[in-house]
Amino acid sequence: MSTARDDILSAVRAAAAARRAVEEKMPPPAPLLPARAMGSDGELRARFCEMARFAGATVEGPVSRAAAPGAIAAFLSREALGDSLVLAPDPDLVSLPWRSVPRMQVRPGLPEARDAVAVTGAVAGVAETGSLLVASGARIANALHVLCETHIVLLRAAAICGSYEAALARLNRQAQPMPRAATFVTGPSRTADIEKTPQIGVHGPRRLHILLIDD
Amino acid sequence: MATAAADFPARAKAALADPVLQGALAKLQTEFRRDRAAMQERLPEFDALRDRATAIREHALSHLDELLETFEQRVTAAGGIVHWCRDADEARRTVTRLCRDAPAKKPGPPKVVKSKSMLSEEIGLNDHLADAGIAPVETDLGEYILQLRREAPSHIVMPAIHLNAGQIGEVFRAAHTARDPARDLDDPDALLAEARALLRQAFLDADVGITGANALIAETGSILLVTNEGNADLVHTLPATHIAVVGIEKILPSLDDAMAIVRVLARSATTQEITSYTTLVTGPRRTRDAAEDADGPRHFHVVLVDNGRSRMLGGAYAEALRCIRCGACQSLCPVYGAVGGHAYGSVYAGPIGAVLTPLLGDTGLAAARHLPQASSFCGQCEDVCPVRIPLPALMRRLREESFADRNVPVAGRRGIALWAWAAQRPALYRLARGFGVAMLRLMARGRGRITSLPFGSGWTATRDFPAPEGGSFVAQWNAGRRDSGRKDMSA
Repeated sequence: MSTARDDILSAVRAAAAARRAVEEKMPPPAPLLPARAMGSDGELRARFCEMARFAGATVEGPVSRAAAPGAIAAFLSREALGDSLVLAPDPDLVSLPWRSVPRMQVRPGLPEARDAVAVTGAVAGVAETGSLLVASGARIANALHVLCETHIVLLRAAAICGSYEAALARLNRQAQPMPRAATFVTGPSRTADIEKTPQIGVHGPRRLHILLIDD
Repeated sequence: MATAAADFPARAKAALADPVLQGALAKLQTEFRRDRAAMQERLPEFDALRDRATAIREHALSHLDELLETFEQRVTAAGGIVHWCRDADEARRTVTRLCRDAPAKKPGPPKVVKSKSMLSEEIGLNDHLADAGIAPVETDLGEYILQLRREAPSHIVMPAIHLNAGQIGEVFRAAHTARDPARDLDDPDALLAEARALLRQAFLDADVGITGANALIAETGSILLVTNEGNADLVHTLPATHIAVVGIEKILPSLDDAMAIVRVLARSATTQEITSYTTLVTGPRRTRDAAEDADGPRHFHVVLVDNGRSRMLGGAYAEALRCIRCGACQSLCPVYGAVGGHAYGSVYAGPIGAVLTPLLGDTGLAAARHLPQASSFCGQCEDVCPVRIPLPALMRRLREESFADRNVPVAGRRGIALWAWAAQRPALYRLARGFGVAMLRLMARGRGRITSLPFGSGWTATRDFPAPEGGSFVAQWNAGRRDSGRKDMSA
């Protein structure tokens, strides 16, 4: 008895082969990036901030690594979000001078249902839509960017690139093979399922705050 | 594919008399047109990006066999398992078996959460799971509302577009009986907060997460998941087993190709630049080396479903397989805009549904013959399609097939046959036309319009029929006006 795999592939192969005979006579499509995905570092950085805000995120900085914990503490108190946060256990983030803000309770690890604020890094920022590429791994739980009501991302200004493709290329340099989950996060969680009314904070964060780090 | 498409005329009539639906559809169409124009103004390359997406989808279909085999190898290498299913029945049995075999936190049937998937609707997955004692919970807000109402989605990306907040409050009050019956559920924010709290618990309790996929990527063995709510990210991360059910045509060669599709998908679906969450999932949780992933499922399955797609690939409707399920053709279609998605009685509504419904699964053109007729051929669906599917041409071809198969009702067939017979006899045709014109003028009684027409009450019940004016085309032609321009001709 033939398997489903054999049946499907042989049916597809016959049809695809006939199509290929025609296609080979046509020129291959040329890659295309929108103009807004290109520019100098300064232009891309400005466009990233503009597009991230357009998508409903807040953007702050750049600040130095030394000033980052203070900037986060100030954001949390400005928005009345308490003093505690769960931190992606990434050495780059854990090694920040958190003790400079003694009132903050910083717990590196996995998010729990009661956590209100998550702080993570990002592989890259994407200027064309103000997106952040976050990737799961040993040091970062994928749930960190969806489970908490507030997501704060520390993004190195040098990690801002123009296009999704450029961001993925950074990922491939960092993690080979692909990480289990890699997500372009653009603004907070949203829906328009009730009467087409825009609403934020459905299952994921109500707030996405991006803190640029200069180094 | 389960369908009640044969009842299209009756459902359409009911839909036209439904004020809630009519208000929702008018809002959808006005806002979609406005927001899409604004989006296009922000991105001058949008049309060129659509050309690129079209070329990529065409290329992928021409290499479907090779790409599927590569995809399977890469998924296996990443630690996942690929399952192949010829039809809807095989697909739903496979998913149900995988759910039953999945490790569960507690004794009893496994707890299943789902992210929105049109393919799961196409194969009737939820009913099949329910028959097996498994109660999946839809987590997309719109789909969750519809699941409580036991309704099908009426739009590909805005499934509950036909409902208002009052109706949603009613169903929440009836379903969430543990909550205070007197609570205030009048505004959308209260509804959202209640759904968020209840669904959060469902995510944390779940043993199995089921998603669809917006694309499969052969290069890496990844699946692409696109949502605004973030529910797909919780569905594929928190449970111990992740099952993705996907049509075989969704394959793309590379990550870069997937990004080219991402550039047109949300812009066409909701007029957003990109959705809030655009995720690439590759295999289960990594346990290789010393570096174990901090979270993620232990088991990862991709269920590939044919259900008529390989048959379509070799035929005259293969271009419809380019579809990336953005729903733009529905959002702009004047027929969809008048009757809504449920009138179609099929999983896929609107222009793309009119093409896919007769071709996928075992529905057939006879049962779905009304759907390709539900078009004025205005062409907006083709204009707006991000992968330039020639939807009017495909619907026209289906109409021709319907007629050739004698699937058109007797009255219509005889009417067309009578017209064809007369049209081949010019003297007789002119005589009949002259008689008809004289009768119509008589009925207009010099007012230029007719308020009641025998056999034509369907028209005159709601508007007047114009009385013929001036000479016929042939008469004007013979009078030597052929060079005097179109303006005179129509006078």
